[in-house]
Amino acid sequence: MVTLTINGLQVSVEEGTTLLEAAKFLNFPIPTLCHMEGLSPYGACRLCVVEIGEGPRSRLVTSCTYPAEEGLVVRTTSKRVDRARRMVIELLLGTCPQSKIIQDIASKYNVRQQRFRQEYDDCILCGLCVRMCAEQMMAKAIGFRGRGETRSIGTPFDVKSDVCRLCGGCIYVCPACQLRCTYNQPEKAVCGGCANIAAPCLKKPEFEDMMCYMDPCVACEIKKD
Amino acid sequence: MVSEEVSKLLERHEGKQGALISILEEIQARYSYLPQELLREVAVQSGRSLTDVYGVATFYKAFSLQPRGKHLISVCLGTACHVRGGPAIADELEKQLGIKAGQTTPDREFTLESVNCLGACALGPVVVVDGHYFSNVKSSQVKEILEKSKKGLDIVEIDTDERIFPIEVSCARCNHSLMDSEHQIDGHPSIRVTVSFGQRHGWMCISSLWGSYNVTSKHEIPYETIVNFFCPHCHAELIGGASCSECNAPMVPMVIRGGGVVQLCSRRGCKNHILDLGGTVFE
Repeated sequence: MVTLTINGLQVSVEEGTTLLEAAKFLNFPIPTLCHMEGLSPYGACRLCVVEIGEGPRSRLVTSCTYPAEEGLVVRTTSKRVDRARRMVIELLLGTCPQSKIIQDIASKYNVRQQRFRQEYDDCILCGLCVRMCAEQMMAKAIGFRGRGETRSIGTPFDVKSDVCRLCGGCIYVCPACQLRCTYNQPEKAVCGGCANIAAPCLKKPEFEDMMCYMDPCVACEIKKD
Repeated sequence: MVSEEVSKLLERHEGKQGALISILEEIQARYSYLPQELLREVAVQSGRSLTDVYGVATFYKAFSLQPRGKHLISVCLGTACHVRGGPAIADELEKQLGIKAGQTTPDREFTLESVNCLGACALGPVVVVDGHYFSNVKSSQVKEILEKSKKGLDIVEIDTDERIFPIEVSCARCNHSLMDSEHQIDGHPSIRVTVSFGQRHGWMCISSLWGSYNVTSKHEIPYETIVNFFCPHCHAELIGGASCSECNAPMVPMVIRGGGVVQLCSRRGCKNHILDLGGTVFE
């Protein structure tokens, strides 16, 4: 067992527990986007940053990937954490302003300002769909390609994958395209998320037999203008 | 055909987890790009998912999924080269070749790419063609560089290049000279040995010039074959304990007149050789 302090409260957790799980155990809310139970931690969205250590040696780490250490002092909502988190939200919102999940997080953290040009991208590269496909669906049909600016998610060679079973798992977990499938009335949604079989990141014209049922697609329509 | 080639390639890297990059490098070296069917075959035969293979292939800039030209021109646009006029060189290259950076000429002769730093900042602006560095390049030199590259940069002028000198060798066992003054290669007496590979057996003459790889032999020796070398006088096999640092084939030792040992790789096509002059080692 490892004992650590979170926001002044002592907690003992099993070795190997992440800070996020320990904080959840104490009911301290930490926003997450790329974290999902059953999938390996990835640390891509940086929303779950917490401050560890004290004084000048304190630093920000992603709580979903950082394992609990003996005697570690963690603050989940310090001023520094808040500032970093709001910046992350603003950046995510700049990439995918049409995502309902990101909008909800933004409103929760009272982010009302948008200093970045809105991109209306389809993807925030959180890797949820990639991990879903590889770890839960055991398919590995999609993955990251390229690097830097041109990094993207999709199938090899941008053609229909032989191992994809059209399970829709990637669409189901995607935080960026949710609004696309359900618009702003999730309860009236026709497709329920998984009818949209084409992963948002796949190039459309090459997937005519697997089309998006959200017509017109919000993201695509906005992009046109 | 493709599957055989890949399985041969994988055999050499068998069992190694981190071998994927080396495998792709070898494919790239042979085809100058990564053909789709080969990537698929690598994924199938190595048990990796195609997504992983494709991810690695697209991540590294050294790999290309599009066919590349015969000659690869890299023009440096790093900070030092940039202030010394790298962009002007890049423009001139683009103009003369009629392509943009990252593209290949329609005749598949040249591929132009811009790189961010080659680590040779003092030589800037730097242009590298097929591994040959051109330093302090001016726009007026671009035409000359292209012409030279078309002819081939690996051709060395034996008469004028001071890195090339003849050596005289003898058998390590009987100490009989291996030099054959009747059969000259590159204008110098050649090194005559007996070789055998497979069922074939015959003479082979090697250029005695250090730096020249010219060889003539009775039988055409296919590339990649490992050949056994014998002394034509005492018929002992020329073999030492060492193996090639590049391809793992056995090295062939020969004693140099005047002291020292030269070791050649016994694989046809492998250019690895070591010159040991008692203390100083040249590779």
